[in-house]
Amino acid sequence: MKKVKVSLTFPPSKVTFPLMTLLVRDFGLEVNILHADIHLNRTGKLIVELSGEEESIDKALQFINGQEIKYHLFNGMLTWQEEECVHCGACTSVCPSRALSMSAPDFYLTFNKEECLVCGLCIKACPLRLLHLAHRGNETA
Amino acid sequence: MLLALIAASESGSIGAIDMPVKTIDEINEKISEGKAVVVTAEEMIGIVEENGPKKAAQMVDVVTTGTFSPMCSSGAFINFGHSSPPIRMTRVWLNDVMAYAGIAAVDAYIGATELSESQGMAYGGAHVIEDFINGKDIRLYAESYGTDCYPRKSITTTINKYNVNQAYMFNPRNCYQNYAAATNSTDKTIYTYMGTLLPQFGNVTYCTSGQLSPLLNDPEYRTIGIGTRVFIGGAQGYVAFEGTQHNPGQERMPNGIPIGPAGTLALIGDMKKMSTSFVRAAIYEKYGTTLFVGVGIPIPILDEDMAVKTSVSDKDIYTNIVDKSGKTSFSQRVSYQELRSGFVTINNKKVPTAPLSSMVKAREIAQLLKMQVQKGEFLLTMPAEKLPQNAKPLNKLDVRGD
Repeated sequence: MKKVKVSLTFPPSKVTFPLMTLLVRDFGLEVNILHADIHLNRTGKLIVELSGEEESIDKALQFINGQEIKYHLFNGMLTWQEEECVHCGACTSVCPSRALSMSAPDFYLTFNKEECLVCGLCIKACPLRLLHLAHRGNETA
Repeated sequence: MLLALIAASESGSIGAIDMPVKTIDEINEKISEGKAVVVTAEEMIGIVEENGPKKAAQMVDVVTTGTFSPMCSSGAFINFGHSSPPIRMTRVWLNDVMAYAGIAAVDAYIGATELSESQGMAYGGAHVIEDFINGKDIRLYAESYGTDCYPRKSITTTINKYNVNQAYMFNPRNCYQNYAAATNSTDKTIYTYMGTLLPQFGNVTYCTSGQLSPLLNDPEYRTIGIGTRVFIGGAQGYVAFEGTQHNPGQERMPNGIPIGPAGTLALIGDMKKMSTSFVRAAIYEKYGTTLFVGVGIPIPILDEDMAVKTSVSDKDIYTNIVDKSGKTSFSQRVSYQELRSGFVTINNKKVPTAPLSSMVKAREIAQLLKMQVQKGEFLLTMPAEKLPQNAKPLNKLDVRGD
């Protein structure tokens, strides 16, 4: 079993393409949609987590590649320069999964790597630029 | 005499509210003798709750506050020293960031929000200030038209905190007494000085240390005034004047706490003595650079009223959430207790909230200041002049040209 996070960018002609159904039915993958931003006849963007056999995931990615749908594999990880952090909380305002969070009573920033979607929104939201993407993933043109 | 007053006040024969329990001189005497009772503004909440304000005012001498927030209206005056032959610098750049030099002759003011001419928003005046405090060399380039008395027309050199004459932070507007929280009603993400605001009320940001914030613990400016000694950036500095946009006339709750932006302080302090533990450069995406400034102000507990004021907690402090896109007049009143819970409800939707001001650092400052006062390293001051209490509404800038 393997689990990967992938962002998918659909061109206008493919916004209505039922990719998720095909990934489940034809490739036997488990699909977890983490983020969706779909505009009919314009563009669509999905961030999904795919679970399944490694071979099935590879085949599915090849299939996606043949459909003019761009994918970006998040095999990277977010790094946080904790020792420099001032715990202001700005990054938590944009984190969709609340992997970056702070709460009462101490208001220290905590980073839960397991929860991180590697969406990268926090990178530019950090006023001190202490969040970075390490090892950028494979990308298809 | 003091005991007699306390006894009289406890028996109810004297209106305790306006009757001073102690003076700043008496408190300073206790500090010098190492006998002062000093607590943070957060510790004071429980003390007043447990003992009541009257007893708390007798028990506690000083309450320390703290804040560590982005404060855009910050900067520093630096005197570079004279070269030979000398120059009357008319235009000055520090690490490629322009500093204001329309003063004599080797003085300049570097503002936190000025951007680098080569790096844009990746580096600004705030970063020059942080690098300076860190002791790094900073490239100085200056130009002039040349005069008989100052013949040199340009100079390239490096400066640092060890080779300049003076370097003092002078921040025209710090320590905003409360501030509106921000959200975004539009369909697009907007990038503001209140952080990244997600579409369709996707998040709310707020910026204060609330119950630990200096001016929220002395809401009517009874003890904080012009000349008050403050902790600024790790050094000891002073309140130089009312801050720009000081607006004491802001709407207030019955407890005296303003709802939204009200009082401000102009602060001054020796930048050579500051530490980057308490001053940090910041970049707000697509907005620009700003400076996190750490400030702490000790508040003398002169009487019962000051005990009440310094026991304020986040549940008693309110602000309005406003639409920073400017597209709607959306406004929703909310307490900081609600904002600090992590969520607020807007239009029946649960919206996540996030702070922009560090509580961790604010607490560090209040604790550090408490220790400094306890050790007698930080004495309290009587303001030389009070801050304006009832100013007229702020001026609007009308467009008067073409």
